[in-house]
Amino acid sequence: MSAIASSVELDCKGLNCPLPILKTKKTIDGMQSGEVLKMMATDPGSVSDMASWANRTGNEVVEHEEAAGIHIFYIKKK
Amino acid sequence: MAETKKLAIIASQGTLDWAYPPFILASTAAAMDMEAVVFFTFYGLPLLKKEIDAKVAPHTNPAMPMKMPFGSSGFQEINWQVPNIISGNMPGFDNMATSLMKETFKKKGVATVEQLREMCQESGVRFIACQMTMEVFGFSKEEFIDGVEYGGAATFLEYAADADISLFV
Repeated sequence: MSAIASSVELDCKGLNCPLPILKTKKTIDGMQSGEVLKMMATDPGSVSDMASWANRTGNEVVEHEEAAGIHIFYIKKK
Repeated sequence: MAETKKLAIIASQGTLDWAYPPFILASTAAAMDMEAVVFFTFYGLPLLKKEIDAKVAPHTNPAMPMKMPFGSSGFQEINWQVPNIISGNMPGFDNMATSLMKETFKKKGVATVEQLREMCQESGVRFIACQMTMEVFGFSKEEFIDGVEYGGAATFLEYAADADISLFV
């Protein structure tokens, strides 16, 4: 278990490109600056896509962990 | 942060497989804080209709895998080699292939074209319908979804002249 506290959770398991990105963006838009989103995905492409999305939008992937094919991203809103 | 990037796409194809890239790229661009415009022309124009009835036609693309979305994993892995003489002539073959592709997409968690189109509009992607193609193929504005702009080559190029990414699909 991660020690990072998240205020919002988003389940993107089973969804494929580009849905995890689109849903993450939509969720982040409704959050306050500094809040952390916990996003779960099974799309292996989401690893590089989340990094690229964060690079362009200025939001920060604070941590990424993977267990049993499930990727968990902690994203801090800028 | 960097200045707002601009994406310009021409969507010229109306089959189900080619309907995806413009909507995927435009919606993702918007999610990445970019501006995006999609110009629908020729066979891409029907993608703006209220009901999208795009199909795949396997005989037009020999590289298209023909796989079944059901059965054991071994069965699903089989790439059915259907000769063009059958896929191009058998009545209903395109409808069958379209159903299979839609089912496969659904099982793999891929959004429908309609969903992606909606997400584009929600996030501010601009759609421009080619006025000339509308006249030529006899489309009316009533057939299309709301929020579409109408224009021609110059309208698209005015935007594309300042775009950072321009794609012809």
